[in-house]
Amino acid sequence: MTATLLKEAGGPPPVTQPDGRRRARRRGRIIAVAFVFPALLLLGALVVYPVLFSVGRSFFDASGTRFVGGANYSEMFHDPATIRAVRNTAIWVVVAPTLLTGLGLVLAVLVERVRWATAFKLLLFMPMAVSFLAAGIIFRLAYDEDPDKGVLNAAAVSVHDAFTGTSTYPTARPRNGQGLTEEADGSYRTTATASPGRTVDLGLVGVLPQDLPQNARPAHPAAQRTAAPDELRGVVYLDFTRGGGGRQGQVDRKESGLPAMTVQVAQDGRTIASTTTAPDGSFRFQDLGSGSYTLQLPASNFAPPYDGISWLGPALVTPAIIGAYLWIWTGFAMVLIGAGLAALPRDALEAARMDGANEWQIFQRITVPLLAPVLTVVFVTLVINVMKVFDLIYIIAPGPVQEDATVLATQMWLVSFGGGNNQGLGSALGVLLLLLVIPAMVFNVRRFRGSQR
Amino acid sequence: MNALKRGLGSSLVQAFLVVVGLVWLTPLAGLFLSSLRSAQDTADGGWWTSLKSPGQLSFDNYSALLGNTGMTQAFWNTVLISVPATVLVVVIAALAGYAFAWLDFPGRDAVFLLVVALLVVPVQIGLLPVAKLFGQLGLFGTIPGVVLFHVSYGLPFAIFLLRNYFAEMPKEMLEAARMDGGNEWRIFTRLVLPVGRPAIASLAIFQFLWVWNDMLVALLFADGSAQPLTVELQSQIRQFGSNIDVLAPGAFLSLVIPVAVFFAFQRHFVQGVMAGSVK
Repeated sequence: MTATLLKEAGGPPPVTQPDGRRRARRRGRIIAVAFVFPALLLLGALVVYPVLFSVGRSFFDASGTRFVGGANYSEMFHDPATIRAVRNTAIWVVVAPTLLTGLGLVLAVLVERVRWATAFKLLLFMPMAVSFLAAGIIFRLAYDEDPDKGVLNAAAVSVHDAFTGTSTYPTARPRNGQGLTEEADGSYRTTATASPGRTVDLGLVGVLPQDLPQNARPAHPAAQRTAAPDELRGVVYLDFTRGGGGRQGQVDRKESGLPAMTVQVAQDGRTIASTTTAPDGSFRFQDLGSGSYTLQLPASNFAPPYDGISWLGPALVTPAIIGAYLWIWTGFAMVLIGAGLAALPRDALEAARMDGANEWQIFQRITVPLLAPVLTVVFVTLVINVMKVFDLIYIIAPGPVQEDATVLATQMWLVSFGGGNNQGLGSALGVLLLLLVIPAMVFNVRRFRGSQR
Repeated sequence: MNALKRGLGSSLVQAFLVVVGLVWLTPLAGLFLSSLRSAQDTADGGWWTSLKSPGQLSFDNYSALLGNTGMTQAFWNTVLISVPATVLVVVIAALAGYAFAWLDFPGRDAVFLLVVALLVVPVQIGLLPVAKLFGQLGLFGTIPGVVLFHVSYGLPFAIFLLRNYFAEMPKEMLEAARMDGGNEWRIFTRLVLPVGRPAIASLAIFQFLWVWNDMLVALLFADGSAQPLTVELQSQIRQFGSNIDVLAPGAFLSLVIPVAVFFAFQRHFVQGVMAGSVK
């Protein structure tokens, strides 16, 4: 009795206890659901439902009225545009993450050796803040094909010309029947042979005024000089008197020499010497033995000027856009790998240094293997992002080249909205894109579950 | 000898990094200089020629841009899309993140795994179905429509990030607050949000950047009066050469704000981008 009384007075009544708790639990659940409801509503309506809808829609035809089964999927692998998109996506997925991871690794290792590492990292990371649209405009400018406008071709042309020299007279040609014949390779050769002691004047026409160098001098004085017994000399001149009055085939007083022209002398079809003309167009070959020689003007004099690389042409457009992508993402790879580098055990590196390993050996044998997990994460992350690249291609590839640069994401857009208007095929492309990122999805879920244990 | 070798090596490294830095800076400098030149000057020669004749450079393009109502409207649209899309994602994801971390409801963990799985769903797959849905709801072409789309596709990452951050809070702290009779709403606003500030800052910066720089979503969902700067600029790309006096300053204007955010909040920015890259 007392025990019961005590019991009743001591604790809360045994019947009401679970009831109150249950009520509290139900209240807690209602609150919890209220907290997650907005998120689940949006995710359900605008993410989960669309995925299911797209999967279903991909089995219907363009207008959505007729069930076609897997026809859209088989069309994907027959339609040349889609095949190209798949191929380009494959190129992107292999090339861009590999280059980025490699570049990021090298820069992350090197930047640790300079005092201004932070400034460098900030500079390289900054493009991550720039939209693909703005980056696209930046690189449309940089890739302009005209070397006078696009900085990359300006650089390409100046490097090229520094090595091979500029061709000076792309439009020049001799008058017919004035002693020069054209060879198959575009060079010109004297029709008649000449022996040492002679002067040979080579007249050309068709030189555009802007192609005539500033330093060109009249050829007449040089043409008057006589040659020594063991030399061949002469002038290359513009056989055209401005204002008229000159005689064809003659070096008239006002006619200009053609400077910087390459002249070769050949005997029995073999080139034995080469020279370039002076400002007055004169040239001379000395110490020639007796015999007969021909003079020739090699084709390099007449080659059209090198005007750079067609970056945004069909052949190079994908590598060019990948280049723009590198500009944006290298900083990301470098910073992420740098963080991994900072977490490496210092003593392993120090021990290797004490043992006399050089920097390359340390990099190869210690740094890279220890960093492998970080490199994998960087690589996987980049693959996911590269798969979805859209804006950059849409902006940089000029209209006519767009179909050469297309990837799955752009192709899906073009097919569904950009004129194709085939929402069945478009949905199938969307589903393909989703299927391709599913390994990443599994990776994320696994990693998360692993971290919870 | 060794010191000499090392010194030489380090100056080679320095030189290499300086070159890389210049290569990285050049495209941006090119855009900025181009934005200060007339379309005619750009047609006549590359931006580097203006270094020799600085007389070409002026802010005329920028003042023309300010007088261009299409462009100023687009700029405001970008703000009107980015700010709400950022605030809403933070608020909705913080509520959900707290519930997933500390509240109890049936199916909690399964639902959260679904959210993790949604992290990598490409935006592309949502375009068509959501466009249809918005068409029925009258949201297609409007700013709220664009905002809702961005919020929805930002949520999986946002919830993931905040839930994991909140879950690290010490259990005792929450229990003490509950003992003190705080209701969940009070605990959320007074305790969880302040504690979660670093993660929220990183998330907000990442989301803001993502939305500010988006072109794809707005290209489909925003009509003429709602379109942001990116879409307005891309509509002028067809005549790239003749529109360069609008495109270059427009692009520069569009990147000034994210770059300023980057320099102002470097640490949060880098963390946000790093965390968000799982998307």
